[in-house]
Amino acid sequence: MKTLLWVEHEDGGIKDATLSSVTAAARIGEVHLLVVGYDVGAVATQAAAIAGVQKVHVADDVAYAHALAENVAPLIVQLMAGHDVFVAPATSNGKNIAPRVAALLDVMQISDILSVEEDGSFTRPIYAGNAVATVRSRDAKKVVTVRGTAFDKAAREGGSAAIETVASTGDRGVSAFVSAVIVRQERPELTSAKMIVAGGRALKDSETFAQHLFPLADKLGAAVGASRAAVDAGYVPNDYQVGQTGKIVAPEIYLAVGISGAIQHLAGMKDSKTIIAINKDADAPIFQVADIGLVGDLFQVVPELTAKL
Amino acid sequence: MKILVPVKRVIDYNVKPRVRADGSGVDLANVKMSMNPFDEIAVEEAVRLKEKGVATEVVAVSIGSAKAQEVLRTALAMGADRAILIESDAEVEPLAVAKLLAAVQAEEQAGLMILGKQAIDDDSNQTGQMLAALLDLPQATFASKLEVAADSVTVTREVDGGLETLKLDLPAIVTTDLRLNEPRYASLPNIMKAKSKPLATRAVADFGVDVTPRLETLKVTEPAKRVAGVKVADVDELVAKLKSLGVAA
Ligand SMILES: Cc1cc2nc3c(=O)[nH]c(=O)nc-3n(C[C@H](O)[C@H](O)[C@H](O)COP(=O)(O)OP(=O)(O)OC[C@H]3O[C@@H](n4cnc5c(N)ncnc54)[C@H](O)[C@@H]3O)c2cc1C
Ligand SMILES: Nc1ncnc2c1ncn2[C@@H]1O[C@H](COP(=O)(O)O)[C@@H](O)[C@H]1O
Repeated sequence: MKTLLWVEHEDGGIKDATLSSVTAAARIGEVHLLVVGYDVGAVATQAAAIAGVQKVHVADDVAYAHALAENVAPLIVQLMAGHDVFVAPATSNGKNIAPRVAALLDVMQISDILSVEEDGSFTRPIYAGNAVATVRSRDAKKVVTVRGTAFDKAAREGGSAAIETVASTGDRGVSAFVSAVIVRQERPELTSAKMIVAGGRALKDSETFAQHLFPLADKLGAAVGASRAAVDAGYVPNDYQVGQTGKIVAPEIYLAVGISGAIQHLAGMKDSKTIIAINKDADAPIFQVADIGLVGDLFQVVPELTAKL
Repeated sequence: MKILVPVKRVIDYNVKPRVRADGSGVDLANVKMSMNPFDEIAVEEAVRLKEKGVATEVVAVSIGSAKAQEVLRTALAMGADRAILIESDAEVEPLAVAKLLAAVQAEEQAGLMILGKQAIDDDSNQTGQMLAALLDLPQATFASKLEVAADSVTVTREVDGGLETLKLDLPAIVTTDLRLNEPRYASLPNIMKAKSKPLATRAVADFGVDVTPRLETLKVTEPAKRVAGVKVADVDELVAKLKSLGVAA
């Protein structure tokens, strides 16, 4: 089987989510990468160096600059004539593009796979991760998106794949990029951080959120996450949200501060190795999944903890 | 401009799903069901566009069993003008749902279709994108803001690093994220009024779409359960625990 994996890149670098997807693709078959974008020569070189990659296809065109699904999907569909399985990381771009490809190929996508089984079936979470389904596709070609936390990252070095240029399929001219507000975090990225400090509604406002959680996170070298309630209330931007509909994370340590533990939040972090919870309500559901719990008022506990670390 | 809003009947988001012991699926008997939360947001957005005079008609569509009428009535009570139920007792996969919706669009010729970004039961996150592909129309997924002009829609999307704004030619497909709006509760008078709004029932066969499942579910299991660990008494104990995990200096 030949897989074609869409490479997620940003500012000339390949994102970690792609590396986890390489591992997933390698379980399915031969790994061919597709680097699409504008001025992506350097990205293609990096892609060719990833361990386990057999071939890299590169499509370089200004029409691909913003990964618009309308422009990228036809290119992928064309390349799928020579591949069996299309793979994309389940990132916001991957989730945007892959189903468009699937429908054009007339196949049902398998979203968010957690594993590739011996018999060619896949497991995937449903109902906010409260259940895991094992599914097999009857389609001749397949389209899957990969949950990054479920697979180890392939090594960035060790491969020496051939690079092949693909002609652009051009701009469909039906959609256009207008602008972006991308927050450049100085802290580690949520989805690949070893440790996360996350805050909930209890943090009151953006100032108290920053004042309590940022110094703690910085002392621990941790990324900062949040519950939906904290994001909705404007304490932090949307890309901090962890959960069923936010980011899926699985760090070594997840420290939840003033988060109740709704199932939609747990869906995004329950695969963390060690969960620590600070909450003033001893009956908060987060304590049912926490390895270490501290019942107390965060406004006392957090400053004290930061000071003692 | 007409707006088409597909809505799905799913397990209520407050209910904790229970996996059947025989591995055949999730137990939905006697479980509270509701409109998919993202679809409520879609209906709300469409109704607001009508209230602003941008849209002229809001049509809600659901594919599901006769019970999906309940969620269509909810959409009507929120302000949709009419509803279409495509009845199917068997589960219909996103690809087939998208094909049925494309067939509905061929009849309705809506200027905008607003879907939820994902159904909270299958968590597929694909129907809107598939519909856009089948109709060869532009798409903007994960919308947190939407501005409709005469022949285009400008959409702000929630993406991994922050926010992105796209401009799409109409007709277009938009899928909703949580922060697009806060859906209204239907008032009692509106719930009463909704009972007399038109709700057409159609058969899958009317549309000539093959809905045979492409995916076979071999089994459904419960994920490994986490168990509650220990409670520490104070910050000093927590610091000690952190040290034993090798993180604190
Ligand atoms: C379709 C849908 C999708 C959703 N997706 C997500 C998602 O992706 N991510 C997500 O997080 N949520 C999601 N939610 C929302 C989720 O259901 C909860 O509403 C949300 O997670 C609650 O956030 P919270 O725990 O911060 O707030 P609350 O539930 O209000 O909890 C606040 C907690 O803080 C504690 N507290 C208060 N004061 C203090 C103090 N001084 N010291 C210590 N503790 C204190 C309280 O005891 C309480 O436990 C979704 C909901 C829906 C319907
Ligand atoms: N059976 C259905 N009937 C109507 N709309 C649906 C149905 N299934 C999915 N949708 C729409 O597609 C969106 C995404 O669903 P999914 O791709 O299954 O996660 C939902 O939020 C609905 O707007």
